[in-house]
Amino acid sequence: MALKGLLIDYSYCTGCHSCEIACQVEHGFAPDRWGIKIAEIGPWQIKGDKWQYSYIPAPTDQCDRCAKRAQEGKTPTCEHHCQAKCIEIGEIAELAAKMTRSHMVLYALR
Amino acid sequence: MTAENTFVRHKKPWQYQEGKYTVTRGGAWTGPGCHDGCGVLLYTDQNQKLVKVEGDPDDPYNQGRLCVRCLDVPHVVNHPDRLLYPLKRAGERGENKWERISWDEALDTIAAKFIDIKDKYGAEAVVFNQGTGRDIVPYMSRLAWSYGSPNYTCTLSGFACFIPRISAMAATTGSFWVSDCAQNFADRYDNPEWEPPEHMILWGNNPVVSNADGFYGHWVIDLMKRGTKFITVDPRVTWLGSKSEHLLQLRPGTDAALALGMLNVIISEGLYDKAFVDKWCTGFEDLAERVKQYPVDRVSEITWVPAEKIVAAARAIGKSKRVALQWGVAVDMTKQSLPACQALSALFEITGNVDRPGTMIRPSSFLAVQSGWGWEFLGEEQNKKRIGLSKYPLLQYGFTCAHPDEVLFAMESGEPYPIKASWNQTNNFLACMAADPKRVIPIYKNLEFNVVVDLFMTPTAVALADIVLPAATFTERDGVLATTGSQRGGVINKVTSIGEAKSDMEINLLLGKRLRPEAWPWNNVVEMFDSMVGTQHMKFAELREKGPAYMPYEYLGHEKGLLRHDGQPGFNTPSGRIELESTFVQMIGLDPLPYYEEPEPGPVSSPEMYKEYPLILTTGARTWSMFHSEHRQIPHLRALHPDPIIQIHPEAALKYGVSEGDWVWVENHMGRAQRKVELTPVLDSRVVSTDHAWWRPEAEAAEPNLYDVWKLNINQLIPFAPGDSGFGANYKTLLCKIYKVEEGER
Repeated sequence: MALKGLLIDYSYCTGCHSCEIACQVEHGFAPDRWGIKIAEIGPWQIKGDKWQYSYIPAPTDQCDRCAKRAQEGKTPTCEHHCQAKCIEIGEIAELAAKMTRSHMVLYALR
Repeated sequence: MTAENTFVRHKKPWQYQEGKYTVTRGGAWTGPGCHDGCGVLLYTDQNQKLVKVEGDPDDPYNQGRLCVRCLDVPHVVNHPDRLLYPLKRAGERGENKWERISWDEALDTIAAKFIDIKDKYGAEAVVFNQGTGRDIVPYMSRLAWSYGSPNYTCTLSGFACFIPRISAMAATTGSFWVSDCAQNFADRYDNPEWEPPEHMILWGNNPVVSNADGFYGHWVIDLMKRGTKFITVDPRVTWLGSKSEHLLQLRPGTDAALALGMLNVIISEGLYDKAFVDKWCTGFEDLAERVKQYPVDRVSEITWVPAEKIVAAARAIGKSKRVALQWGVAVDMTKQSLPACQALSALFEITGNVDRPGTMIRPSSFLAVQSGWGWEFLGEEQNKKRIGLSKYPLLQYGFTCAHPDEVLFAMESGEPYPIKASWNQTNNFLACMAADPKRVIPIYKNLEFNVVVDLFMTPTAVALADIVLPAATFTERDGVLATTGSQRGGVINKVTSIGEAKSDMEINLLLGKRLRPEAWPWNNVVEMFDSMVGTQHMKFAELREKGPAYMPYEYLGHEKGLLRHDGQPGFNTPSGRIELESTFVQMIGLDPLPYYEEPEPGPVSSPEMYKEYPLILTTGARTWSMFHSEHRQIPHLRALHPDPIIQIHPEAALKYGVSEGDWVWVENHMGRAQRKVELTPVLDSRVVSTDHAWWRPEAEAAEPNLYDVWKLNINQLIPFAPGDSGFGANYKTLLCKIYKVEEGER
């Protein structure tokens, strides 16, 4: 089976946790289980007003790309509810072509 | 109305079947509390149980997105601790002993008591307190005023949230102004008239976490994608601050000084909009003279912001084509907030960033009930008894509330008249809104009768209530989007029922009918909503089918004669212009120009106290998953923020001997509260920051423990001390010391 992609434009990820909770409630996960989880990188001061301060969501082994939703023709719930609209799931080659700026990350998913 | 409302085109009807679920479209407002009212799709099963909430992609407001609190609403609605029935106190106040009663018994008891008090002391002897973020302003104000009480208010010292901003802008421009994020248009960012701001100033606001009424915080990310640059003014380096072109990390409470210093730069360097000022402003010469008292070096010393940064940010504002000011409660929560808000307003006023696309615009009002509904039922004789009018005369000009601090002092002293009872709806003030809660509690215990209306049992209800009424969440009731998100008209749809909980508006209708039937002529809430929506020549059912509805919006209202009752060009002020020197403020005997006053206590105003309490404490940091005192019992949301924290710079932590994860007491001359230490470099080492409104629903409810509220409520360090105008209070500018909690104290 061809791999799918999960593209995050993390220059816009505010760390709002909507992807995490949307996933938890969609799949009935407990508060300590995730299908996608946000890593906080920073904050630390690099120099002057330049700070390292990023949030990067990462899919877990419990991510099923919202298989049930896909059957109903719906987008995965993390993508649907992302408040920064910075998550996209789809064909990996098409998403790779969208990686034209820094601060983007593409995950390969089964 | 000269033009038609625009409706949103939906792919599906307002209610439809999807597999085994019924899906219902509508607005998410409220409780639980919120300041937005996003478009949602509510999924219910065959037993009418709410199983899922999704964002409605067709709703232009949130465009399918949702925050964690809405995504997890089913766990709030179906929570086992929800209040299910009306309760009557069965023990002493504070014992948490209750007896289930019927709605008729509850409402008849309350009505009989309120009528008895009115006969004996006058209706002004009952105070009506509301909290924030719940859909009750029209209904509760109507309840208070139709009953005859002018004392409709809240328990927040100096109305220190939103109202100071509105007051300052209304007094000086005749209107309220908000950032233009294309929210007035159904086609939003695609609207051909709209342009993104070139700069947005984020002042005392982290909008992605917390936002004012009708402003969806992540719109700032939409703007960022469209090229808007940011100027952030905040004591903390927020994520948005780290992405900003200018980052001004100020000492808490010095906002007015910083704004005046920036005005100094803009005026002295000739960067203001001369044509706009000449044509549309008064008092510019006096403002220019006033800002000379705030040279950049002095302002830098006051605010701790380096002089070159102040100059650079001021120049950016002065030279930008389109500036929007997105400001937060931090400015309202300075004691002299009226002159502070005047200073901030002047930044967009003298630069002509007024009612052009991508600048500051007038918020539309689909239903004109934002500041209350049914004022005509009160009458002038009762209005004269409104507490606070004589001390704070600004309340006479278009304001309908009693003054919260003065109401409390009246309860305490019995002057100018005794208060006998309170109605508290959506207000858990012992955990959240009230300053100095240990002063408040005996005052309310001294009243003959207290009613609390809420979703869950709270510290306020346990300590004070004689009757507790169970309120419905937004999924359990019909409603109209009446105040929050007022730029569009929409409805809220009932999809489920929990116990015997009733909506806030139905509770008010049923009690109102018992107290003053002619003010509540409707047989049910939908008839009441029909009457409200009728001002837009619609019925509730039609708005449900076709909404959200967007009113027509025209930019440059002042040029087109849209702002004044006489239809003339100009602003709705005595002079017809924006009054940089305010006629209204002068009329009430206060300084008509913006000025800065040192926070008291503070490092400058009380140096002796600063030696004992060497850290500046700012409170009320917002979190992703909790709305004020709510959501502590919701597992997924609590897991995101399990404990109250105090953020402190690692150098300060070292100095005061505390480490990451330590529990500490945060203490000042008034009281103390426990917090868990979180080390962070985003604060100045002289400043600490904490979140607010903490209690533990899992802890012992009965007094004296009261759900741990006395261990955790940070407002025990805050006095009731409003600014000279009556608006503003220092909730965010305090002094404190910290030290470790001893074993056994937790």
